[in-house]
Amino acid sequence: MYDVVIIGAGITGCAVARYLSRYKGRFLVVEREEDVCCGTTKANSAIVHAGHDAKNGSNMAKYNVKGSEMYPALAKELDFPYEQNASLVICLSEEDRPRLEALYENGVKNGVKGLEIIDAKRLHELEPNVTDDAVGALYAPTGGIVCPFLANIALAENANTNGVEFRFNTEVTEVSRAEAGTAAGNASDADEPHWVIQTNKGAIDTKYVVNAAGVYADVFHNMVSEKKIHITPRRGDYCLLDHSTEGFVKHTVFQLPGKFGKGVLVTPTVHGNTLVGPTAIDIEDKEGVNTTAEGLDALISKAGNAVKNLPIREVITSFAGLRAHEDGHDFIIGEPDDAAGFFDCAGIESPGLSSAPAIGLDVADRIAGKLNLKENPDFVATRKGFIDPKTLSLEERNELIKKEPAYGQIICRCEMVTEGQIIDAIRRPIGAKSLDGVKRRVRAGMGRCQAGFCSPRVMEILARELNVPLESITKSGGDSKIIVGYAKDSI
Amino acid sequence: MENYNIVIIGGGPAGLAAAVSAYDAGERSILVLERDVNLGGILNQCIHNGFGLHTFKEELTGPEYAQRFIDELKERKIEYRLNTMVLDISKDKVVTACSKEDGVTQIQAKAVILTMGCRERSRGSLNIPGFRPAGVFSAGTAQRLVNIEGYMPGRRVVILGSGDIGLIMARRMTLEGAKVLVCAEIMPYSGGLKRNIVQCLDDFGIPLKLSHTVVDIQGKDRVEGVTIAEVDSRMKPIPGTEEHYDCDTLLLSVGLIPENELSRGMGVELSPVHKGPVVNESLQTSIPGVFAAGNVLHVHDLVDYVSEEAKAAGKNAAAYVRGELKEDESGEIPVKFEGGPRYTVPETIDPSQVKDQLTIRYRVGSVMRDRKVNLYLDGERVLSRPRKVMAPGEMEEVLLTRKMLDEHPNLKSIEIKVEDS
Amino acid sequence: METRNLTCINCPLGCQIEVKMEGNEVVSVTGNTCPRGENYARKEVVNPTRIVTSSVRVSGSETGAVTVSCKTASDIPKGKIFDVVKDIKGVTIPCPVHIGDVVKADVAGTGVDMIATKNVV
Repeated sequence: MYDVVIIGAGITGCAVARYLSRYKGRFLVVEREEDVCCGTTKANSAIVHAGHDAKNGSNMAKYNVKGSEMYPALAKELDFPYEQNASLVICLSEEDRPRLEALYENGVKNGVKGLEIIDAKRLHELEPNVTDDAVGALYAPTGGIVCPFLANIALAENANTNGVEFRFNTEVTEVSRAEAGTAAGNASDADEPHWVIQTNKGAIDTKYVVNAAGVYADVFHNMVSEKKIHITPRRGDYCLLDHSTEGFVKHTVFQLPGKFGKGVLVTPTVHGNTLVGPTAIDIEDKEGVNTTAEGLDALISKAGNAVKNLPIREVITSFAGLRAHEDGHDFIIGEPDDAAGFFDCAGIESPGLSSAPAIGLDVADRIAGKLNLKENPDFVATRKGFIDPKTLSLEERNELIKKEPAYGQIICRCEMVTEGQIIDAIRRPIGAKSLDGVKRRVRAGMGRCQAGFCSPRVMEILARELNVPLESITKSGGDSKIIVGYAKDSI
Repeated sequence: MENYNIVIIGGGPAGLAAAVSAYDAGERSILVLERDVNLGGILNQCIHNGFGLHTFKEELTGPEYAQRFIDELKERKIEYRLNTMVLDISKDKVVTACSKEDGVTQIQAKAVILTMGCRERSRGSLNIPGFRPAGVFSAGTAQRLVNIEGYMPGRRVVILGSGDIGLIMARRMTLEGAKVLVCAEIMPYSGGLKRNIVQCLDDFGIPLKLSHTVVDIQGKDRVEGVTIAEVDSRMKPIPGTEEHYDCDTLLLSVGLIPENELSRGMGVELSPVHKGPVVNESLQTSIPGVFAAGNVLHVHDLVDYVSEEAKAAGKNAAAYVRGELKEDESGEIPVKFEGGPRYTVPETIDPSQVKDQLTIRYRVGSVMRDRKVNLYLDGERVLSRPRKVMAPGEMEEVLLTRKMLDEHPNLKSIEIKVEDS
Repeated sequence: METRNLTCINCPLGCQIEVKMEGNEVVSVTGNTCPRGENYARKEVVNPTRIVTSSVRVSGSETGAVTVSCKTASDIPKGKIFDVVKDIKGVTIPCPVHIGDVVKADVAGTGVDMIATKNVV
């Protein structure tokens, strides 16, 4: 019998897992996809909000401000890229100024530190590419940018190192209550009432369930509670620009909702790219991550309201992500009154990435309290990130190559990723199994040629390291095979 | 730190020709750095025929063409390093390279020849909407998988773009057992060579749809279909013209971009038009002693011209090392153009530096019929060449001779005009 | 009289050639710029031929190569293209292979050999 089973290996599920691993117990994360970070966490703005947006008193406000405060230390502890680059909410018209002031007030009430309203002159000194029409901005020094993939992966690896189990390609089909003595799975200790999770790979018994299923969280919640919730997938389209645009903006530049509607953000990423987005389009399909021409056109034109001379020709890829928008527009954290032991982390839309550490900590501690879990004396709080030879001195780099020659072999030319890094990505505890898995960990294929050159090489390394035929290598698990057969096999 | 007179970045057709020509010009301290496991560059995967008609007066395949130059390099015992990636080149021509065997090494060069070639534009750079499943390949990636690795990347194929690699891959995929459904081209003309349209599409009954583009990609895991639509004169899809194709593969052959990240890093001035370094008559970039040739300079249609251009670069680099090339900007006359060319290579010419003759290469921006290409020196027409047809997919050239220059002392203006016949 | 329109493939010019035919007899060739165009057109309408290029598997490569590229040593009839590819299906040759080595003699009964176009050790 598991103490806790977490449904979903996105950043929320993995944050809960990581903080739970500070306690002694049997914990399991089940994930429908082949890897962590395959849903909402993989396609968003990659920013840590300062916390001025969310309505004062809401869960969003509470967890965002706390999460944002936790990130700097957590990024050090788990060695993932995070940078406090500060954010600007720019105001494009004098008539919108009351809204800017209201935002400031809300932020102060939420407990966001260092907020300041700055004038147009200071704004343009900070960010010369912001449109001349901007009349002022809300400056938030605690705003940050983060690599959501690596934050998610770091939390998962650390949880796994500390004993949390992970099962991938495991899709939950049903969650139900079971009476004492009726183990559905293999539990030999089912002497208490508990939960049974049915999956495509068999049943699992657990005392607690954490519902961190992103856009599917309503489905699982509604299986166990009469107090129904409803999540709408809200699609956001993005364009990612090449790192030749590094420095185009240094801060995360938001538009104050106003005269021009909601606007989109323009932000640097921790890897030196520029990211533009998102749109906000409510859809029905929980798998609808396709971009549309209208969406991309709209975001490019909206970005043009905020910044001058956006180098949109430098776009290297566009993508769409789905936010799990709950009708009540707030995070739903905790047990429904009629389903004790079922812990929701539902409606995790923006600022979900910013809030993840705070949600993880809070949920883990609350469950541990209820289950009376003891502290894990062997808990290791730190984790080493992937070595990036680019960041080493010449001497250090040569020492590394001497020891591990694979670090001297460049595979991805655009991002200068070495074979050594790719091997590391695959051999890690929660290792990469696909091209996208490698890409999210060490960025092979993330650059301007979008894997054109390196994908055949990365496939070879994956096949060799995983000891599987090259034909079985996928882009992102499931049926996403790259190779469909051999030359001349059908003639 | 190691020292070489000439360091050549890339051992593809341009790098090989440059090395051989620098050697033949008397230079002995030459090093070629190649990031792949073999010399020859992308020619190794271009196993189709049609290379070398101009250079060798016979039709070779890519690997055969490369081997001729590899043999010449080896006969001359010119040094080269494989599996060696150049990470950085400084303004002072210190080349930092990395390999498994040698780690990170630094080489001081007196002259550097940039011959890194080009790369394909990706799906992302076109902002094609839709899902992002497996089964979307650049034509060159598919070419490697089929020709080198012996794999099939797909069974039912739609090709976007009628560049030469796309056309060639239409035939290769067909011969290896795939069904190529259609080749869509957003422009009203093909970017590929005529012979490739005939022998790669027409021979197999593959329709070429001009003024069409991909407007949607379906399939979450693997491509399940694509939708193409006709575009208007501003290249915007026309609603109501959508056609759906059930397929598992989309190949992209939508243009090549000179690979100039190293050049940019060292501060070489780049052309916003052809995306390669701005060069003078010696193929010297804005940094003295740094030369460029082949597809890193501007994308060529035929490898023969790459070799020819690279030979000039190699010879000039050797002259530079001997101190026979001037270093400053004085005497450079910008090559002006009108009526068709989008750019010229070289961009500027110093008449005093031209030996026997100089080839000025350019591409036109649209299909032009029945024109005359005229060369004017100080306003006087010195050359007039009728051209039945010129297309953006094909490189054009004008030959400037020493004799013409000698007849125009104190030259102030060089101009190429494409005029009505 | 029958009219056939061809695109000349001899050079990047791609001349549009018009061939007028009476049965199997060529009556006139127009639109070509050079004699090569006329030769091409005359042949293409009566006896079109092609070089076929492909690749076959190799065994025992020191460098880990799995294929070697190959071509028909000379033109073969256009109608035999697929027969040629079919005939080299399943062919594996041992390394080392040199440019010009015969991969498959008299491929598909064309009288033409399929030869290697790459050195593979």
